[in-house]
Amino acid sequence: MNQEPTASLEPSHDKAPGIGEDAAPESFLAYTAGLVFALLLTGASFFVAQSHLIWGPGVPVGLAVLAIAQMGVHLVFFLQLSTGPDNTNNVLALAFGVLIVTLVVSGSLWIMAHLNANMMPPSAIMEMRAK
Amino acid sequence: MSTPAAGVGTSASPGTSREEESVRIRAAGPASVRIVVAYGFWIFLLSDIIMFSALFAAYAVLSGQTAGGPTAQELFDIRRAGAETLCLLFSSYACGLGELCIHRRRMGGFYAFFAATLVLGCAFLALEFNEFASLVARGAGPSRSAFLSAFFSLVGLHGAHVTIGLVWLLFMVAQVAAQGRKDFVLRRLHCFSLFWHALDIVWIALLTLVYLIGAR
Repeated sequence: MNQEPTASLEPSHDKAPGIGEDAAPESFLAYTAGLVFALLLTGASFFVAQSHLIWGPGVPVGLAVLAIAQMGVHLVFFLQLSTGPDNTNNVLALAFGVLIVTLVVSGSLWIMAHLNANMMPPSAIMEMRAK
Repeated sequence: MSTPAAGVGTSASPGTSREEESVRIRAAGPASVRIVVAYGFWIFLLSDIIMFSALFAAYAVLSGQTAGGPTAQELFDIRRAGAETLCLLFSSYACGLGELCIHRRRMGGFYAFFAATLVLGCAFLALEFNEFASLVARGAGPSRSAFLSAFFSLVGLHGAHVTIGLVWLLFMVAQVAAQGRKDFVLRRLHCFSLFWHALDIVWIALLTLVYLIGAR
């Protein structure tokens, strides 16, 4: 069977990232909308990082949320990942990747923080207790 | 194989039951090569992101270990980071549009958009190389402190990915010019565009952690 790129000739029920119903206007709109959203989120990130409108200790969390949102925009609009049944494999693979990343990052931070504290010389521990 | 008459599954619609649907999907056979290749490359990209996450973790742990040397606040220029971000974002956009063009047989558009992708990617690399050179000149090279080692490793690995991506881009444009719109060429081009979008995703995390949060 002729393997044309247009998805409407695909016999199977699965999709892969970026391969979907690429009808002409819709994909262009998807990319452009993704660009616009990504620009907005980038602008918001820089604004949050530099302005004094946000409470100081909340800024890193705000930046993290904006970053995750922008990664989501990239996944949905550029990589055309969706939660439809034909995208289940892709979403599952992504979820597994996110799980491993979370374990690696949070596990490293946790372990290193404990190692750091446990290796403190006794004088420093006394100082910390005194504070 | 269970049949619809066995009445095992629940079916919401009178037309096709779950069993009929799964029988039909199973009978259709494995997915096409194009989809299998893209899915496999997606799994590779996720493994690449896991590799990046290890360096992210190292940077997060070591970001305070400046060994009496310069800190993030002193070293990083947020406007340059913004310019790099725009370069990568627009190059991702151009790459996506270039892929749309080649699928619709607009070869002029394909070459134009991929040229834009290349130019913007090179601009990003130029900015980053510039930053590295100025840091080393100020005595803030990767051997100055653990924080700087982690910074150069993380940002450098991303820059190495971008460099290899641009070399790959040149190869792909040459292949399209030489071989035309053959199936395997289009599959490889699609893998490249997935790679390029993933690099932008990694950059978002990098920008946020290193430049926005770190340099406050």
